[in-house]
Amino acid sequence: MFETVILSLQGLLGPVWPLVYSMAKIVAIVAPLMLGVAYLTYAERKIIGYMQVRIGPNRVGPKGWLQPIADALKLMTKEIIIPSGSNKALFILGPVLAIAPALAAWAVVPFSPELVLANVDASLLYIMAITSMGVYGIVLAGWASNSKYAFLGGMRAAAQIVAYEIAMGFALVGVLMAAQSLNLVEIVKAQQGGVFSWYWLPLFPLFIVYLIASVAETNRAPFDVVEGESEIVGFHVEYSGMAFAVFFLAEYANMILVATLTSIMFLGGWNPLFDFAPFTWIPGFFWLIGKVCFVLFLFLWFRATFPRYRYDQIMRLGWKVFIPVTLVWILVVGAMMQTPYGYLFH
Amino acid sequence: MAFAMPNLTPALPEIFVLTMASVVLMADLFSGKNRFVAYMLTQITLLGAAWLTVSTSGGEIVHTFSGMFVDDVMSDVLKLMTYIAVSAMLVYSRSYLQLRDLFRGEFFALVLFAMLGMMVMISANHFITLYMGLEILSLCLYSLVALQRDSAQATEAAMKYFVLGALASGLLLYGMSMIYGATGHLELDKVATAIQQGDGNRTILTFGLVFLVAGLAFKLGVVPFHMWIPDVYQGAPTAVTMFIGSAPKIAAFAFVVRLLSEGLPTLVHDWQGMLIILALLSMAIGNITAIAQTNLKRMLAYSTISHMGFLLLGVLSGNNGGYGASMFYVLVYVMMSLGAFGMIMLLSRQGFEAEKLEDFKGLNQRSPWHAFVMLLLMFSMAGVPPTVGFYAKLSVLNAALSAGFVWLAVAAVLFSVIGAFYYLRIIKLMYFDAPQDDSRIQAQPDMNLLLSMNGLGVLALGILPQPLMALCVYSIQHSL
Amino acid sequence: MNFETLIFYFLASIMLFAGLRVITVRHPIHAALYLVLAFFTAAGLWLMLEAEFLAITLVLVYIGAVMVLFLFVVMMLDLDLQRLRQGFWQSLPLAALVGGLMILEMVLVLGRKSFIPDFASMEPHHAADYSNTKELGRLLYTDYVYPFELAAVVLLIAIVAAIAITLRRRKNTKHQDPAEQVKVRRADRVRMVSMPSQKQSEE
Repeated sequence: MFETVILSLQGLLGPVWPLVYSMAKIVAIVAPLMLGVAYLTYAERKIIGYMQVRIGPNRVGPKGWLQPIADALKLMTKEIIIPSGSNKALFILGPVLAIAPALAAWAVVPFSPELVLANVDASLLYIMAITSMGVYGIVLAGWASNSKYAFLGGMRAAAQIVAYEIAMGFALVGVLMAAQSLNLVEIVKAQQGGVFSWYWLPLFPLFIVYLIASVAETNRAPFDVVEGESEIVGFHVEYSGMAFAVFFLAEYANMILVATLTSIMFLGGWNPLFDFAPFTWIPGFFWLIGKVCFVLFLFLWFRATFPRYRYDQIMRLGWKVFIPVTLVWILVVGAMMQTPYGYLFH
Repeated sequence: MAFAMPNLTPALPEIFVLTMASVVLMADLFSGKNRFVAYMLTQITLLGAAWLTVSTSGGEIVHTFSGMFVDDVMSDVLKLMTYIAVSAMLVYSRSYLQLRDLFRGEFFALVLFAMLGMMVMISANHFITLYMGLEILSLCLYSLVALQRDSAQATEAAMKYFVLGALASGLLLYGMSMIYGATGHLELDKVATAIQQGDGNRTILTFGLVFLVAGLAFKLGVVPFHMWIPDVYQGAPTAVTMFIGSAPKIAAFAFVVRLLSEGLPTLVHDWQGMLIILALLSMAIGNITAIAQTNLKRMLAYSTISHMGFLLLGVLSGNNGGYGASMFYVLVYVMMSLGAFGMIMLLSRQGFEAEKLEDFKGLNQRSPWHAFVMLLLMFSMAGVPPTVGFYAKLSVLNAALSAGFVWLAVAAVLFSVIGAFYYLRIIKLMYFDAPQDDSRIQAQPDMNLLLSMNGLGVLALGILPQPLMALCVYSIQHSL
Repeated sequence: MNFETLIFYFLASIMLFAGLRVITVRHPIHAALYLVLAFFTAAGLWLMLEAEFLAITLVLVYIGAVMVLFLFVVMMLDLDLQRLRQGFWQSLPLAALVGGLMILEMVLVLGRKSFIPDFASMEPHHAADYSNTKELGRLLYTDYVYPFELAAVVLLIAIVAAIAITLRRRKNTKHQDPAEQVKVRRADRVRMVSMPSQKQSEE
């Protein structure tokens, strides 16, 4: 059925077909992603609400299900105020640069062995490179606003992101050593065989570092000094309406992205929990979604539980704890691979 | 793809020094306030490296690391001399550093790393290795100059050094890439054979050579690429100036010889002409400008420039005798330079830098022996017989003459006569002027001993230059 | 002209434009951003040369780290554009002379036919399973292991030097030591004093 539709379309469109097909695939990734973002905000408010013995949004639609839609409508109809004395072009460019990498990185994320937009050989590197560009949106937004508070927030965010990026990168080095490949599909395939074959176990320190660093990378609580409400410092204090909404989208899209990456690198991607009958019946795609939801739940849980870090503590954790830990574990992995016990790390 | 483990034996000294530099860093971290541990470890490292160098030297040319590293007699001799120079530098500067709060673990670690860079340069057989060694050395030197952070002069000097040094590195790399583009090789001997076989476009080769020589000239500090030398020499703490003015010159000599005579021997007529201009200008401007200086460190900087000009005299002759003479010259120069800066540090006290010419007034009355040592050193720098400086100058002049550059040799003699003026002025100040301050000269016994040996060595080598000269000629003959 | 050539010219023209803007634009932040754009398009060109590792590393290192820090510094500096431009017209004649000479020399050398490489003899495209990353890694850890290790030494020296130059303990700062804070015990902070309860004065 699906095949015949595709074939007939191919005949209809002729030479433009590859372009159209790619576009369709991109829409097929981005549209659910945006929906996911919307309902992630809803989930966040509900979950944290219950954790704090509140109910959370429950007025718009049944059980508040339409709340995200209402929020989106509200933001879309608000005016975008451009501060006087700001650098207008960069002010507008800021949100765009923030969301572009968050979306571009999805190009190489595999949802199942076949379901991937671009199966690039060096996809791990691609992910690292693209996500490292996200910081520009934040720095520029902070600077272009012509506001000291926004500028401070932008600087803090940039320093924090650069610091934790290194630890994240090193954690991924451990993964590529274990999988002996830079290809995300290969990395997931190397983790076949149940929960104890996933990389969270042999690379446990790296897994923890990656998880925490990804929270810091996305500027989520408890690392959210970037938008520390209590200090009224935040790179997007001057943004309103849709311009703010784009930052908001970028933050949550990044959350889903890092959750997906954590699932792919350390939690076995689309591999089922155990490699026998009842578990293998469920398609791999749903396993991946389930793992992503689990990691996202962790993020929300963190936010509900931990008090905010002080800025110097964040820097200390990033530079003096995480980077040495990852370096040591990379050394351990490398050394162990030379011994007869090397199979433990593959 | 099979991969054979490289033969590590020839590189053992390098590996040892790298390991020990890291050990010094760590040991210093855990040895509390006592920096003496780092100092002693550094000296032990130098001793160990010397032992390793001697025990791994076989007399024949050994290549390893897929032809990037070469171990020959010249590299062994130059490395040994480098260890001695660094060790002497550390002895001289110990109390100076202690008084200025610079006696820190990082100082020793950086010195060891810098020495590693020199060693890499000395045994490089590949453009990339040459460049890496140079960068390791330069990076350490930049930071050593800036180590005295609160001194505006030192910071300015470091900044100038860094910017110009980076520019020079760029020039060198540009030249190297041009030659690589023309010949398709980066290994020095392969480049040489490729050029000999007539591969490569002559224009591009010359173009690359111009950049290479300009970069080299920057690093050597010869006119017209000498602008950084006086500021750096004056601005840096004297201990660091002494370091810059001593051991790295040996590495620079190796760099020049490896690059020009091993890599590009067939282009000798092209680089000869360039070196003649550089040498002539350096001897002229170095010697004449030095006369106008009142700061001793600055004066010695200009003297360095002129000495580097003399060094090039030997190299530009383009034959083994010339390289041997230059090698002799550089070793002697390092010895004299160590002694001269040692004297400055001897007279320096807490909060007082004896870097003005007046500070040497009446040294004879304060301490006749030290004045005599300084006299020997200055005579040697000026090239007065029977000190070794005379013999060194004679041998490079000989080399230039044998290559047929009579007029160049005449000019060199002329400039060295001009240069003698400012060296002799110091002697006059020491012996015929009344002292300005009568404070007693205090020195550690090891420093005193070394200084005396240094001064007497200049005299002894002047009377008996043959063994060292023979060693230089032998090592050049068995290496190139 | 095939599709690949079209992409090449597209990227190359953006890169040239960005490079030109880096030096002509008035504001340093804009210049830095144009430089980022130039790096990005250069990475694209490298991708076309099948050097995907280098291309991605260029993005990762230069755009993701170096230029961010660069922007950081430029943003924090209070740049006086007027003062930076002083002396522009005075030094222009000399600069133009030197520049002109260099262009002349370049033209003289590069203008010859022999310099233009023979594109026909260049290597054809690699097979699909060719991994540039793997090949680079293999070379770096075998043939070029010595300079590779030396490069590591350079980085180590850079760290040591940067710390040696910048780290200094000022004596009058009230520095917090988290370890001390965590280790604190009640006895360090609170002193229990048993005092006899005060009697109300008799009056």
